[in-house]
Amino acid sequence: MTTPENFPGEPDASAELARKFGLADDEWERVLSTLSRKPSYAELGVISVMWSEHCSYKSSRVHLSRLPTEGPQVVQGPGENAGAVDIGDGFCAVFKMESHNHPSYIEPYQGAATGVGGILRDVFTMGARPVASLNSLRFGRPDHPKTPHLLKGVVAGIGGYGNCIGVPTVGGEVQFDASYDGNILVNAFTVGIAKTDELFFGRAEGIGNPIIYVGAKTGRDGIHGATMASAEFGEETDSKLPTVQVGDPFMEKLLLEACLEIFATGCLSGVQDMGAAGLTSSSVEMAARAGNGIELDLDAIPRRTRALSPYEMLLSESQERMLMVAKRGREHEVFDICAKWDLDVSIVGRVTSSGRFVCKATPGHDPFDDAPTEPDPVVVVDLPVDLLTDCAPKYDRPQEARPDAATLVTLTDDAPGNLGAEMLRLIGSPNIGSRSWIWRQYDHIVGDGTVVRPGDGDAAVIRVFCQDTDGTQEKFLAISADCNARHVELDPFLGAAMAVAECTRNVVCVGAKPLGLTDCLNFGNPEVPEQMWRFARAIDGLATACTALGAPVVSGNVSFYNETDGKSILPTPTVAVVGQLEDPAHRLGLGFLNEGDVIAHLGRPSRGVLGGSEWLVQTMGSITGAPVGIDLDAEAALQQAMLELAQRQLVRSAHDISDGGIAMCVAEACIANGHGARISLPAGGDAPAHALLFSEEPSRIVVSLPSGNVDEALLLCERLGVPFETLGEVAADTLAIEGVCDVAVEELAHAHAGALDAIVRD
Amino acid sequence: MRVAVVQFPGSNADWDALHAVRDVLGADAWYAFHKEISLGGADAVVIPGGFSYGDYLRAGAIARFSPIVSAVRGFAERGGPILGICNGFQVLTEMGLLPGALTRNAHLRFECRDIFVRVENDGPFTDMGQGQVLQLPVAHADGRYQCSPETLRQLHANNQVAFRYCTRHGDAPEGSPANPNGAVDDIAGVYNRDKNVLGMMPHPERASEAILGNDDGLSLFQSLRRHLGAQ
Repeated sequence: MTTPENFPGEPDASAELARKFGLADDEWERVLSTLSRKPSYAELGVISVMWSEHCSYKSSRVHLSRLPTEGPQVVQGPGENAGAVDIGDGFCAVFKMESHNHPSYIEPYQGAATGVGGILRDVFTMGARPVASLNSLRFGRPDHPKTPHLLKGVVAGIGGYGNCIGVPTVGGEVQFDASYDGNILVNAFTVGIAKTDELFFGRAEGIGNPIIYVGAKTGRDGIHGATMASAEFGEETDSKLPTVQVGDPFMEKLLLEACLEIFATGCLSGVQDMGAAGLTSSSVEMAARAGNGIELDLDAIPRRTRALSPYEMLLSESQERMLMVAKRGREHEVFDICAKWDLDVSIVGRVTSSGRFVCKATPGHDPFDDAPTEPDPVVVVDLPVDLLTDCAPKYDRPQEARPDAATLVTLTDDAPGNLGAEMLRLIGSPNIGSRSWIWRQYDHIVGDGTVVRPGDGDAAVIRVFCQDTDGTQEKFLAISADCNARHVELDPFLGAAMAVAECTRNVVCVGAKPLGLTDCLNFGNPEVPEQMWRFARAIDGLATACTALGAPVVSGNVSFYNETDGKSILPTPTVAVVGQLEDPAHRLGLGFLNEGDVIAHLGRPSRGVLGGSEWLVQTMGSITGAPVGIDLDAEAALQQAMLELAQRQLVRSAHDISDGGIAMCVAEACIANGHGARISLPAGGDAPAHALLFSEEPSRIVVSLPSGNVDEALLLCERLGVPFETLGEVAADTLAIEGVCDVAVEELAHAHAGALDAIVRD
Repeated sequence: MRVAVVQFPGSNADWDALHAVRDVLGADAWYAFHKEISLGGADAVVIPGGFSYGDYLRAGAIARFSPIVSAVRGFAERGGPILGICNGFQVLTEMGLLPGALTRNAHLRFECRDIFVRVENDGPFTDMGQGQVLQLPVAHADGRYQCSPETLRQLHANNQVAFRYCTRHGDAPEGSPANPNGAVDDIAGVYNRDKNVLGMMPHPERASEAILGNDDGLSLFQSLRRHLGAQ
């Protein structure tokens, strides 16, 4: 075997260079002992990205195995490019969520845009046509000088990509908190539809099969992006600009259409998009899944810039590129379809039986030269595939519980005087008010499928067209993304469980049964024991809630090192749930619809616990109080009752109680369609009114229903052991809460609509 | 009724148009790929929304060099009905089949929401009656209709203005938000002089079914069917 060579001008690998590439000293030692030689420069690049936290999940793998991933509806669990759940009649919903936090902070438009591009590719790589996207965003405090620029850039970037490729962005969530001042979060979710027996997988099957590169040419953008995503930010962050990728949604649209057409021919045995760590991770992961090797001829890589070195080609994160494994003899089918869509295509290697990742390139060869040198390739990389995957480092990092700082804050004495004014202030604040400034910049209706639009329901409802030879069937999915990180901060286990509960509850509130969940776990530095403890506890919370609420985890993503100068973000385990409606007639909006309808409260009434609530954060200026906790048995019963109420069409609207408590829940239900309400608060012991109004205790839903349905709804809830209490009725044009306030809905709506004005005003 | 839906690279509301015309209205409809040179005997053509050629250079500017475009031009010259929606409107102005141009929205943001338009003049796609108010969605970044004062005068003189943005009750919008993009004279859609070619920024094909919350847009396609049936 020839020893892989450096290209002219490349320095020899050394401990110092390895550190620069993000390897720890003991990891460098491990490379030396495993290889029994020094790696080449390109090999060191390959190892360092594959062993990065982003690609190897080295700090999280030991914990992720605790998540429940099975269920009769699960078609594909974690480990592939995306997960999939059965939606009947031979079709499945394919979905995943991913973070693009670090690039979005450095360059918000391109960072967010390529985040959307990446998650879209993960879904259509599986053979699914993307049908809808969501996003979950976190920004620093509203008055931080960078927040307007970051918010505007991220929203424009998400819209710029999704609107162009024509996949509707139908919902999401956003929260502002000082902990994200130096490290915003951009989590992007996409769901697509595929025929279950025509799913595609990232496997390099079939010895001798050609490896085909399709899509955009390779440039120098994004080199070492995966390593950047595996380190904290510091003062030199601005100098990382060249590691941000640049997206081209038009190219991706062509790639999407060409891929789906190529898949349909059956000429491929495997496919994977080139995402983080580009050509390296796509080929290595495909080889690993199939237990094979891959040999690449780097001279054949389509490129858009001069003098690319093997290191640069292997690590470039240029966007909109796919790596396909064709069945030998059927390459021309790929070439024909790429010609139709005007896409670059090139055979760049083949599947081998060696179990090794081998790359060859000719020193000094540049296709852009007037008279390029004859290819005379040398070996630049020759590494065992398993060194880069299964044998990558795996750490069970030390954990240390956070000192229990949370104490019950008694607020009776500082109860606000004018609760009506308090409600107006809260409904108009950035964390509660209308997000219409954001979702109006997203094409949320392209595709003729958006049945419940952003802001109209607790989850988005989309109609999907399932096409096969027998014709087209319409099916209806509900999707939501949620996480209230403040509750996770107060108690990682309970807070993570609450995120799952809120997300499944939102899906149930629009009349759908949850089928599966994807997560995007955003945390601080895993090498800090307290951060690792938060992560591990959150995993346990997710696992417990997913099991209790029947939502297996089918895909996910971990983003560590969300810190700047040692200051961590709030632990933010974002989850997104896909559910299905039996019948579109079961769908529910959040707004009151009919004057005279009865307003009722489902679930155990609040005890007035304010811990972690938006109101308390605004009042105290910090995240404090006792965790509100969650009873998952009660939550499961509540969701079952809500689902049955929707399916039997007994209620006209449903809105869960979350941020801002019952006060904001009812106010939003009034604002949605401009109806007033006359209610009293559910009986809540001797807690003061403001605590009952603004508590964010989970497992509660406010519904409205015709008075003639109340008896049947009550019986249904009693059968399931779910408290049902009538609060009042839809009436007039004010929100009148007995003994608390009487506020004009128009005033509430005005405040609600302007909630982001202070941040986004041009 | 046989309808060709033109598919440029980057068209993305092609499905929306096909679905509305074929599945909802019940017409015979198909995609005409931009590399084709024939419209396959269509009675009408829809140029759908999207970002043809990425909208690079200028929205709709590159699409007019596609092979299919000469067939579309010939079809227009023979008096065939053509509906350009959103990016299709932009393509038609770039082709010179419609007067004026679409520029960046006045507020410079992409805008997606329901608006109201008032039917201003009768035509193949607008036989529903002058003054009729339709609720339709818009979804565009470059939808601000602009033209010279002389062109505007001619548009009105020849009854070429098809739709103008208005309030829910059909009143003049008096600026944003009823006029979502700052279009001159609140113009949302225009016919050519012969009134067989219509370009419009709002999306009737995305508001053609009750399940989408609104089927006002279907009336344009029903008008087209009546128009073709009467020929």
